[in-house]
Amino acid sequence: MQTVQRRPLSPRLWRVRPGGVLPILAILAVLLVLVAVRQPSFLAPPSLMSFLGRSAPIILLAAGQYFVIVSGEFDLSVGSLVTAQVVVAARLIDNDPSRTWPVVLVLLVGGALVGLVNGLITTRLRVPSFITTLGMYLILVGAVYLWSNGAPKGGLPEQFRQFGRRAFEDVPLLGRLPYALVVLLLLAAGAVLLMRSDFGRTLVAAGDNPRTAELSGVRVWRVRTIAFVLSGVAAAVAAILLGGYSGVSFQAGAGLEFGAITAVVLGGVALGGGRGSVVGAMLGALTLELLFALMNFYGVPGALRSTVQGAIILLAVAVSATRSSSR
Amino acid sequence: MNARSLLPARRPVPGVFVALALTLAIGGTVVMIDGGQLFNQPTTVSLLHVAAGLGLVAVGQTLVILGGSLDLSVAYVISLSTLVAAETMNGSDGALLPAIGLALTVSAGVGLLNGLLVTKLRINAFIATLGVGLLLKGYLDSGYDGPSGTTAPALVQSLGYQRVGPIPLSFLLLVAVTGAAWFALSRTRFGHHLVAVGGDPEVARLSGVRNDRVLVTAHVLCALCAGLAGIYLASRLGSGAPRVGTEGLYDLESIAAVVIGGTALAGGRGGVIGTVGGVLLLASIDAIFNQLEVDAFFKQVIRGAIIIAAVAIYARRAMRKAAS
Repeated sequence: MQTVQRRPLSPRLWRVRPGGVLPILAILAVLLVLVAVRQPSFLAPPSLMSFLGRSAPIILLAAGQYFVIVSGEFDLSVGSLVTAQVVVAARLIDNDPSRTWPVVLVLLVGGALVGLVNGLITTRLRVPSFITTLGMYLILVGAVYLWSNGAPKGGLPEQFRQFGRRAFEDVPLLGRLPYALVVLLLLAAGAVLLMRSDFGRTLVAAGDNPRTAELSGVRVWRVRTIAFVLSGVAAAVAAILLGGYSGVSFQAGAGLEFGAITAVVLGGVALGGGRGSVVGAMLGALTLELLFALMNFYGVPGALRSTVQGAIILLAVAVSATRSSSR
Repeated sequence: MNARSLLPARRPVPGVFVALALTLAIGGTVVMIDGGQLFNQPTTVSLLHVAAGLGLVAVGQTLVILGGSLDLSVAYVISLSTLVAAETMNGSDGALLPAIGLALTVSAGVGLLNGLLVTKLRINAFIATLGVGLLLKGYLDSGYDGPSGTTAPALVQSLGYQRVGPIPLSFLLLVAVTGAAWFALSRTRFGHHLVAVGGDPEVARLSGVRNDRVLVTAHVLCALCAGLAGIYLASRLGSGAPRVGTEGLYDLESIAAVVIGGTALAGGRGGVIGTVGGVLLLASIDAIFNQLEVDAFFKQVIRGAIIIAAVAIYARRAMRKAAS
């Protein structure tokens, strides 16, 4: 009964608008206060900018995952895709700076292709996306180990790594502006614009009620497939930034899929689709990163991180689930 | 649709057994051409051992998936259970039963937590069990660097290595657990209610099913199965292993086995017999590739492709059925 009263007259508009970002902003504010108390220097512009730059990959992954989740699906393959991309990049470039741009292109196309395959298998063959992307995860991890015989080969030249770890120095006011942050801001703006476009509305409609969407002329399979492609491209960009920041390893993307999904959920996006905003999802990722930074400042042992992470997620989702009792 | 989903026992044997027979026939031939043998004693025994571990988890996973839920915490429950069992036993046969009891109690407690989070707090099962899994992961990571405790020799000799002919005792345990689960699903009120909840929770609730209680029970049973798998793994390894569950990918593989076995991921359709078929299929592929000495990573690629293909075939059949 409550929900009927609370829901405004035009639910569609309400849902597409980033209406659900207030809770995550509140959590973010609380964390910022805690950080300010413990480590005021962290909030100085240069270190804050570096932090945002470091967080760019997971925020991008969260945005990519958002497209898939809001359309009613899952993408469990992004973590392995990031790992695969980093390892592939190192081997293809093989420390030759002149190959940087071609390889960047290869990675973006590769990410889009993996997303396309995920999307087509899910929508055309009607395999639940959980299974599709789980299978893709196994395939990518196996393939990348197989291709490199168990140890990463080649290396990433500075030309490539600069995207992830260099910055415009001596910027007035901010101190420094990491390249990763610039990339993030551009893509985030693109994501917001995309969600405001017709495509964004059909994407949310497809996740909210695929049947209704289908009947009102949306080609659900097509928008969902595009969502998977966007997630794959986001993973490619995240891989380029992560490879630059932390170098080549088989652990580059480990666990990122669950990190991205929790970030999205933390940002108020409903699993199952149809509700939540891309801004919320990205703020969710930022909150998660800030939480980890905070745990560092308070000297929480690294091993306990996951316990705290688990507790926070359960708490945040429980609070939002009990407030909107419709689901 | 609902009338059909209320009668899980009447469904024909899922196609996974056809796939299993084909795999064994083709695989056996290929292995023979290669100069090996697939059906000799050692290979069969190790195949059944692999199947027993994954099977125990997957049978439990079937119950929650049938109810429309999911358990991503099983891998951590398994690791925890090996540690609780091995540390309580500490190498003495006298502590065998208390240790098993404690390991199962702890597992059931995790299952209860999962169930309550999903039903009472209405947290999406994916997130709830992932969160609980993270809680356990933190505990395991911060408390243990490596193997700990010693499994009682009596358990190692019995559940770990005892066998009847080529059939390990552990596989017989799986058969018994599967039989119990099959009986519960097809012959008891709990089973019918569980399938009804998975098929359509609203309809089930309106027909007087206590959805929450049924789902919590399913989650407890699932965690108990994972705990049992942990005890079995402790008997194989001789000690508690804090990473055995995650390194074996028991969470994702158990879900894959359930789905290959013909159970719908959305709940309401399927059964444990098919799941055992799915487990045997995965274990057979493993055994065949081991015999052919195929690269472990290549094995994983094939495994991923098979999981997708199997589910695509089911989906195709379901579509054709819906069309006719």
